[in-house]
Amino acid sequence: MDGLTEYFDAYLSLFEEFDVLGAFWVNIQLAFWAAIGSLILGTVLALMRISPVASLRWAGAAYVNIFRNTPLTIIIAFGVLGLYAQLNLILADDFDLNFFRIAVLGLSVYHAAFVCESIRSGVNTVPLGQAEAARAIGLSFLPAARLVIMPQAFRGAIAPLGNTMIALTKNTTVAAAGSVAETAGLMLAMIEFRSDVILMIFLTFAVGYVILVIPIGLLTTYLSKKLAVAR
Amino acid sequence: MSAQKSVLFDAPGPKAKRNMAIGNAIGALAVLGVVAWVISGLAAQGQLTAAKWSPFLDPGTWQFYLIPGLLGTFQAAGVAILSSMLFGIIFGLGRLSHNGPVRWFCGLIVEFFRAVPVLLMMIFFFMLLATSGIFDPGEAPFYGVVIALTLYNGSVIAELVRSGVYGLPKGQREAASAIGMTRSQSLRNVELPQALVAMLPSIISQFVVILKDSALGYIITYPELLVNARRLGSGEGNILPALLVTAAIFIVVNFALSWIAQRSSVFLSHRAGRKVKGAEMTEIEPAAEPK
Repeated sequence: MDGLTEYFDAYLSLFEEFDVLGAFWVNIQLAFWAAIGSLILGTVLALMRISPVASLRWAGAAYVNIFRNTPLTIIIAFGVLGLYAQLNLILADDFDLNFFRIAVLGLSVYHAAFVCESIRSGVNTVPLGQAEAARAIGLSFLPAARLVIMPQAFRGAIAPLGNTMIALTKNTTVAAAGSVAETAGLMLAMIEFRSDVILMIFLTFAVGYVILVIPIGLLTTYLSKKLAVAR
Repeated sequence: MSAQKSVLFDAPGPKAKRNMAIGNAIGALAVLGVVAWVISGLAAQGQLTAAKWSPFLDPGTWQFYLIPGLLGTFQAAGVAILSSMLFGIIFGLGRLSHNGPVRWFCGLIVEFFRAVPVLLMMIFFFMLLATSGIFDPGEAPFYGVVIALTLYNGSVIAELVRSGVYGLPKGQREAASAIGMTRSQSLRNVELPQALVAMLPSIISQFVVILKDSALGYIITYPELLVNARRLGSGEGNILPALLVTAAIFIVVNFALSWIAQRSSVFLSHRAGRKVKGAEMTEIEPAAEPK
């Protein structure tokens, strides 16, 4: 029994030494800004991919195929080693904030490809008659997309978009490769400091992510049912 | 693509054709402009000089850095593909079991490992093995990468196996029990083989995920392609070209795998002229999970 108490004392003392909640807060912020960035970029890409203009379709497809097939680790490493160290891209005067913004940029650019594909699968759920009706009342491509197709496509794309956002949340840990002080880096530091309570440290962070991810999943399921277009 | 074309715009008349041609030209100019902007930016920073790129013409670069790195990537990904298939089949069948505790336990494992970031698992198993002394510390990064990739992707494949079995016609299971097979015999000999074939495109897409995620080994110093590219980059002073070439190698390999996935999906939808329910599902979201 004594051993167990000692084990938990050692484990609990870690929380005084390390700011676990602060690290999770960094990941939440990364996920929040990258979600906004990737949703905007992904929507633009999806519009390009369904547009009547061949060159834009081609460019959108090229973007998706390139970024979907590149490991996120390379994109994040490229941001720090390439964009920052070689090309002197500076997004903030503050050192840490600069790396944070570069990581948000990398995460947005990568996940935009998946957001684009999710929205495109949403467009596939919109019946042909909707587009035909839009054309019949004289709407051209952009108004038809904005007023008729996209609102329904977003509602049909909630489930795949939710999956993308869950993956995005988990992928914020990869920002560790971009010198951002977040959970993966903190977990490594804690394990190096106290390798005797390694299992509890891992479980703490793992459960933290389970807690972060479950609400997104529940919200997605709720929204995709509530917002489903009745047809 | 052709289906979406007809969703949003009609067969164009002469005026629309002219507008589209103009739009096409403007779009092409915009794309070329972005490309030119990137190239001139790189040139202005001295990234396009011969000294930065000529190392890639040197066989030594490939012999000592890129090819060993690619082999390291393939080795970790290859082992992880095999073990995650095994994991996926065992836990996928476990979730279909008629034994409550087995089903419950497999469900818990699968849901847990799907929710935890791969990188955290990688760091955990790497540190666990490195400090435990079971393995040679030099081997710890390799096993860290393989175990983490197996647990995550195996869990995803378990879900694919489960939905593949659910997608099968009920008659398959009924026929199996009619000829006296037990539930597990029916699962193993009748339902699983068909489920795996139906889910083949999604499973291959998951292999792309495994290959991409093996690059996370960079963070725990497993000597894969990205680590070697960085070593090359710091040796030759051409980190940016080295990263671009590495990305290009990954894109080519993954593109080939995605192409196989797509072909297998087309092949399966034509196969025997019969609708496979699972295969339909996979067409909606190929590689939907961006991990």
